[in-house]
Amino acid sequence: MRIALAAQCIADTLFPGAPRATVRLLERLGHEVVFPAGQACCGQMHVNTGYFREAVPVIRNHVETFAPVADGEWDAVVIPSGSCTGSVRHQQAMVCRRAGLDDLAATAEAVSAKTYELSELLVDVLGLTDVGAWFPHRVTYHPTCHSLRMLHVGDKPLKLLRAVEGIDLVELPAADSCCGFGGAFALKNADTSAAMLEDKAANVRGTGAEVLTAGDMSCLMHIGGGLSRQGTGIHALHLAEVLASTREEPTPMPETTFTRPGRPEKRTEAAR
Amino acid sequence: MSRTFLGLPRTLRRPDDDGADEPFGPVPHPQEPLRWGDDFPAAAKQTLKNDQLRRNLGHATQVIRTKRAAVVGEVPDWEALRDAASGVKQQVMAQLPDLLQQLEENVVARGGVVHWARDAAEANRIVADIAKAKGADEVVKVKSMATQEIGLNEALADEGIAAIETDLAELIVQLADDMPSHILVPAIHRNRSEIRDIFLARMGDAPPDLSDVPRELAMAARAHLRRKFLSAKVAVSGANFAVADTGTLAVVESEGNGRMCLTLPETLVTVMGIEKLVPTFDDLEVFLQLLPRSSTGERMNPYTSLWTGVTEGDGPQEFHLVLLDNGRTDVLADEVGRSALHCIRCSACLNVCPVYERVGGHAYGSVYPGPIGAILTPQLTASTGGVSGHHDPNASLPYASTLCGACYEVCPVKIDIPSILVDLRAREVDADRSSRGVDPWRTAMKAASWVMSDGDRFALAGRAATLGSGLGGRDHAISLAPPPASAWTKARDLPAPPRQTFRQWWKAEHDAPPVEPVETQEDGR
Repeated sequence: MRIALAAQCIADTLFPGAPRATVRLLERLGHEVVFPAGQACCGQMHVNTGYFREAVPVIRNHVETFAPVADGEWDAVVIPSGSCTGSVRHQQAMVCRRAGLDDLAATAEAVSAKTYELSELLVDVLGLTDVGAWFPHRVTYHPTCHSLRMLHVGDKPLKLLRAVEGIDLVELPAADSCCGFGGAFALKNADTSAAMLEDKAANVRGTGAEVLTAGDMSCLMHIGGGLSRQGTGIHALHLAEVLASTREEPTPMPETTFTRPGRPEKRTEAAR
Repeated sequence: MSRTFLGLPRTLRRPDDDGADEPFGPVPHPQEPLRWGDDFPAAAKQTLKNDQLRRNLGHATQVIRTKRAAVVGEVPDWEALRDAASGVKQQVMAQLPDLLQQLEENVVARGGVVHWARDAAEANRIVADIAKAKGADEVVKVKSMATQEIGLNEALADEGIAAIETDLAELIVQLADDMPSHILVPAIHRNRSEIRDIFLARMGDAPPDLSDVPRELAMAARAHLRRKFLSAKVAVSGANFAVADTGTLAVVESEGNGRMCLTLPETLVTVMGIEKLVPTFDDLEVFLQLLPRSSTGERMNPYTSLWTGVTEGDGPQEFHLVLLDNGRTDVLADEVGRSALHCIRCSACLNVCPVYERVGGHAYGSVYPGPIGAILTPQLTASTGGVSGHHDPNASLPYASTLCGACYEVCPVKIDIPSILVDLRAREVDADRSSRGVDPWRTAMKAASWVMSDGDRFALAGRAATLGSGLGGRDHAISLAPPPASAWTKARDLPAPPRQTFRQWWKAEHDAPPVEPVETQEDGR
């Protein structure tokens, strides 16, 4: 397949390891990955903070950049983020219509019909659960809210993770509870957000995992930021980084996430 | 809770004033039931400090969530029931004026009296006049959100009429001179030992050796209330449902106190929001399955009382129905926000909300807390429909959510709360556009819109960010940042930008002709 990658703006700028792993994974599976350089952001941040008017040019840029998928130039668009995929699917056309841009809304819907979150692309479109990954670490998985309740990805990410060779996948208690990120919520309601994060981080720590994974770098930035602050040494890695890892080309542990050296010896070993 | 409630006069009078004149603990004392004072972030900052509250709430919501999930899981057509309820409510909203008139005709035909109240003041006046006409200086009350919303107890107290809450949790709240913090379990923020202390200090006829065993507490309240049921001439209730085609009212409850109020006094006054209608008696079948499972996690609630007008020789011989607008027609006029009126007050959204679970109901500054309160309160209180600008503390409510979607998932009538929250945020932003002065959020969002609507500009911004790649030092983590990022770094590190953005890597790796092997395993910094 020819697959266009929407890298997610946060990952592009702050966590390039996630989209890079997406590329590595899909190319290893025999697909051609295209990165349309005109892309920037899906508009979710502006929509969720209520700045619909300011969201319109952002959405327009996304829709026009990925419009070729509707004409068959690419087979699919993949976004390694549940919340951005959710925004493409549930918000873009609504905001365009509000602004009286019916044509743009129609194009947005056509693009959205061929846009998939990573686990959806792998399981639903490519029909895979075993992607041939090797990742010999103790891992726990946080199912991000938008993946879970907006996209309804269900246990697709877990199916993919269970098939990874060498993985020690441990269940995260109260996994489906929000981590408290919520975009601007973390700033506008910083105290409440921190209280939610405290519980999430405690649950992650309790699993004894060395890696926390999820399908969204924004939630991982939040939980990872808390784990880093607490000096836990737990790495926050995107699902793509776990799935891209192979014996020949293992994902180096602290590749893209910020992690304080809580357990320096372990970190060095893992990063080898 | 904020202890600085504007120094407003106390408005709530306890029915059994035993000399204790202070609120029990640091409780809110608002003048307006739907606008208590502080905005959400400020109120939440206070409630988050209360560890006891967080423990009480964490435990209580966990128990009720588990119960609900179990009884919902055993209904094979749950999703179909939700669709049906949503459909019925949409029909009600589309035909509300006609259905209300039909209800009025049927209530009157069966011997009831119907009153129309535009706002809280009108509704309170109607109820007070009825009580006074009956010569009552005391009324017994069935738990009712509509009467909380209009501050009926306080209004009656101003007329010298004591309103006695007979629902156990409402009684606890009333005795403590407190405010409810949950739609269904208004005293959810109190634990059993606090309740014993409240009873001992405030109930007057509580046994002096009262323990904190739930059964003992309930028996003490039962004895206290029984005397009230038997002496009251007038009862005031809300309504869970009103059936337009028969004129039947319905109250759904667990304790039986409602049944006592609805059957013993000579006069019954029901205050009901105009949205609580269902078109036909058959429609109750849908809602009576959804409501108990969603609210208390029970297959069926213990008491369902249905009454139609007045029946000679059976129950109240005088029945008044007060139909309350109080901002609802403005909400109805809004295409997106109107589905907030579909709410049947089950409170499932509160019990699953991760924000509510941490901050408790009082942080929402309204008798309607939680996710439903965050969409209902600002709509009911907006002056001319829509939502007010940021100067109104209620305008902070739509931001009191991470948009995690748990509320929508459990809502028995499928109110898409996250979408309405986003819509209300947009309305607040638009309401503020005309205001002068610098709004840092607006400035930032405008700038971000410019950068994020063009690949080249975004690439440039990304390249600029990489200049900060050394900021995090060896850990790649930034622990101290200037405002507004300081709100983040108070509890979390920020990642230092990488040395190379993804698109720089892509350009080097995929777009340029490979001159020498590119180091694919470089860590990106």
